[in-house]
Amino acid sequence: MPSSDYDSASLPDLLPLYYRRLFPFSQYHRWLNYGGVQKNYFQNREFSFTLKDDIYVRYQSFTTQAELEKEMQKMNPYKIDIGAIYSHRPNQHNTVKSGSFQALEKELVFDIDMTDYDDVRSCCSAADICSKCWTLMTIAIRILDRALREDFGFQHLMWVYSGRRGVHCWVCDEAARKLSVAARSAVAEYLSLVKGGEETVKKVVLTDPIHPFIRESLTVVERYFSHYALQEQDILGRKESVDKVLGLVPEDVRKELQQHFQNEKKPENRWKLIKDQASRKQATAKKGQYFEKEIMLQYCYPRLDVNVSKGVNHLLKSPFSVHPKTGRISVPMDLKELDTFDPFAVPTISLICEELDRPRAGEEEEKPEEAKEMENEKDAAERRKIRDYKRTSLAKYVKTFDQFLDGMARSWKGELLRKSDLQKEF
Amino acid sequence: MLFSGRRRKIISNSQTEYEHALQFYGQPPLENISLTEFETFAVERLKLLKTVENLGVSYVKLSELYSTKLEKELKNLNFPYRQETDDKKSVTGPSEMEKRRKDHISHFILRLAYCQTEDLRRWFIQQEVDLFRYRFNDLGSKLNKDFLQQNNLHYDTITVDEKETLKDKLVNSSYAVSGITVENQDFYKVPFQDALDLVRTRKVYLKAGYVYIPHQDIVTIVLNDFRTRLSKALALTARSLPSVQADERLQPLLNHLSHAYVGQDYSIQKNVGKISLEQIDSLSGKSFPLCMRQLHQSLRENHHLRHGGRMQYGLFLKGIGLSLEQALQFWRSEFIRGKVDADKFDKQYAYSIRHMFGKEGKRTDYTPYSCMKVILSNAPSQGDHHGCPFRHSDPELLKQKLQFYKVSPSGISQILELVKGMHYQLACQKYFELTHNIEDSNFSLNHPNQYFIESQRLLGGGKEIKRETDAPQKSQEKSAAKGSGAAREATANAAQGLVEMTEDLDAYFQDA
Repeated sequence: MPSSDYDSASLPDLLPLYYRRLFPFSQYHRWLNYGGVQKNYFQNREFSFTLKDDIYVRYQSFTTQAELEKEMQKMNPYKIDIGAIYSHRPNQHNTVKSGSFQALEKELVFDIDMTDYDDVRSCCSAADICSKCWTLMTIAIRILDRALREDFGFQHLMWVYSGRRGVHCWVCDEAARKLSVAARSAVAEYLSLVKGGEETVKKVVLTDPIHPFIRESLTVVERYFSHYALQEQDILGRKESVDKVLGLVPEDVRKELQQHFQNEKKPENRWKLIKDQASRKQATAKKGQYFEKEIMLQYCYPRLDVNVSKGVNHLLKSPFSVHPKTGRISVPMDLKELDTFDPFAVPTISLICEELDRPRAGEEEEKPEEAKEMENEKDAAERRKIRDYKRTSLAKYVKTFDQFLDGMARSWKGELLRKSDLQKEF
Repeated sequence: MLFSGRRRKIISNSQTEYEHALQFYGQPPLENISLTEFETFAVERLKLLKTVENLGVSYVKLSELYSTKLEKELKNLNFPYRQETDDKKSVTGPSEMEKRRKDHISHFILRLAYCQTEDLRRWFIQQEVDLFRYRFNDLGSKLNKDFLQQNNLHYDTITVDEKETLKDKLVNSSYAVSGITVENQDFYKVPFQDALDLVRTRKVYLKAGYVYIPHQDIVTIVLNDFRTRLSKALALTARSLPSVQADERLQPLLNHLSHAYVGQDYSIQKNVGKISLEQIDSLSGKSFPLCMRQLHQSLRENHHLRHGGRMQYGLFLKGIGLSLEQALQFWRSEFIRGKVDADKFDKQYAYSIRHMFGKEGKRTDYTPYSCMKVILSNAPSQGDHHGCPFRHSDPELLKQKLQFYKVSPSGISQILELVKGMHYQLACQKYFELTHNIEDSNFSLNHPNQYFIESQRLLGGGKEIKRETDAPQKSQEKSAAKGSGAAREATANAAQGLVEMTEDLDAYFQDA
């Protein structure tokens, strides 16, 4: 896929172009303003920028979309992070009496990072990813998206590709934004099944009864396990992998399996042997009988960093921020096309800047209604800007973003009506 | 609350107030009280809360041992511990009503002492919640219902049809819920934000943002409610504190009370610069607790530590006396051996080390983590080496590690037994005893820096290093020594600390 050979040295040239002609400021502001339901929501939001030479500035805030645009075009940040909505404008926090400046609200966020799976993936390690291990992200998204919607009742979730080795989830419901630290931590713990660091061999332990949440998650894992784990990762093929898997079953079962495996080499059949042993154990034993499920979960279940989700003031990479190492744009993901999502097809900043110069077929045609609306509301420069990102590979991701915002807008409308009713405005 | 200048006791006529042994402490007491009573009540409640804290670390909460010991303490300190009817009055000592009054008043006094900082508040809330949990549990199911109704806690129940539809899910969500439970008990539908403990541990069925709780489990909800109310109340109390502190009679007392819990937090570096970087390797083998030894080894092997490890180990090093310059040199030289070049270190890691020493950001001088903090918060995950090895390591790996560190096989079994019983700090203390070749460590371990200081003391290292509790009363030590295992050390330490404090208080009052 064309990524137009990105080189981080060219960022100083590409970023100004990106922020002037491609970054979707209008949609961005529409998001963070949340329909204007709460006063000063946008104004009190903290942004942080990483500038050239790793200069990091916090407590940036802006009063309007225009101001945000101007500042970003002036500073050309390498990275943008979004923080919390504070009690006062973050850029004035030094003038506030000590102790009064508080982080009040923020989206509930999750960060799934591929490096946290290094002990269970054989294809890559550290910052590398490939199509084989990307399935882990797909599984993670399916499991967490379902749980956040069905178990917790959240509706407005935005999944974003981080640009290199993971995904983020932004839960934007009002109830989510108002959650306390304790609540966020509880949600993250509820969603955590893989526990333990270097020192722990068996990271998933299931006991009776198996919670419906775990069952639902297993259903998802089961859909992908054979192809992902048995074939692509070949966990029951190579000896060290097999030993690691067998390290997760009870000792008596392990011995039996080691014997069987001397004769049976095919991974699919080996897995069946493991499952059969598990069935036998489940019929008789009261402890340690769910090892086949535990294996599946240890190899596939999402690993999230609780600390990212806990803090109300935690800063997280912004959607549409550029990843300086890969050049890829941090784009919203359309879950309807999740199974075909390819992180290597995500446009880089060099690609989309290049696409700007290339005229696309039929780009001059626009629907008459659209053109009219635009003449009424915006000037020529704006019009050109709106058309600009549409000429590039970024277009479809902005559309995904738009659809997400449309979904939320319906709830803002309801809120505004409610509020005006209370104030008896007509 | 009004304070009488005279020392005569005035007992209020508020018998009707205390209908229950347990209360939410919604209303402050409105009576006169002598300074003596003020002080006694406060000190005794503090003793109680310290016991609650120690028992909570040494035993599983609400287990039999825990309950027996806590009940004993409640009895000894004359706090209400069971819904006693008026007929069953104790022959000697204060009446039930007097105990309840004491409970009420002492709680509010301690609010004054513990509302001032985030740390104090957190500690106070934690112990009060644990105490409330124990007493609510002790009430029993019927009285629980009465209590809830009387305190206006209305939670919605689901219909019988809904119960039937959800039956399987409800049964599979909780060990304690069977088909019979579903049939016989009411199930409450509660917003998940009001039941965080149950959500966190996944002990409940959660659907569309609501948890479904059988009546028998309503205690967790109640606790959450209690915690939230208390938290808000403390914030309010903090605001009106200045006017209370203006009263000269109270200010020294309140200060003493809040310092009593903190004891040594090892934040004030007494020995800055007395440790040289070359000593650290050998010190790590001789005087570091296992958690820090492990972190040091990981650092040396991998030339890197993740954030959790850097914080836990970095603050510990600060506590043993490393200066900021030494710390920067230490971390830098190690990280450079790995994948980080000097430039990157200065940009990415130096900041956070200076932050630890209070030289950046909001300039808080962070205190080294206590055992409680290491054990209970920020569990390690993939790639981490921090935490408490007795709590967070696989028993097999822990065994291997202890073997590698040349602990005797019998010693290892003793340690593993303690770990199995969840007595992590005692396990570490046993490790101390084994590695220093002594029978009895003679202190109650609750802080890694304490381990270091005690070790250095033993090895003849520090005459300047003052021991935390000096000159305990001998009789107290003897009677404490007769008791059994764990709680002995815990309560002895608590008792010693408070003996010290009350001695100070007595001195204060004699001067007045």
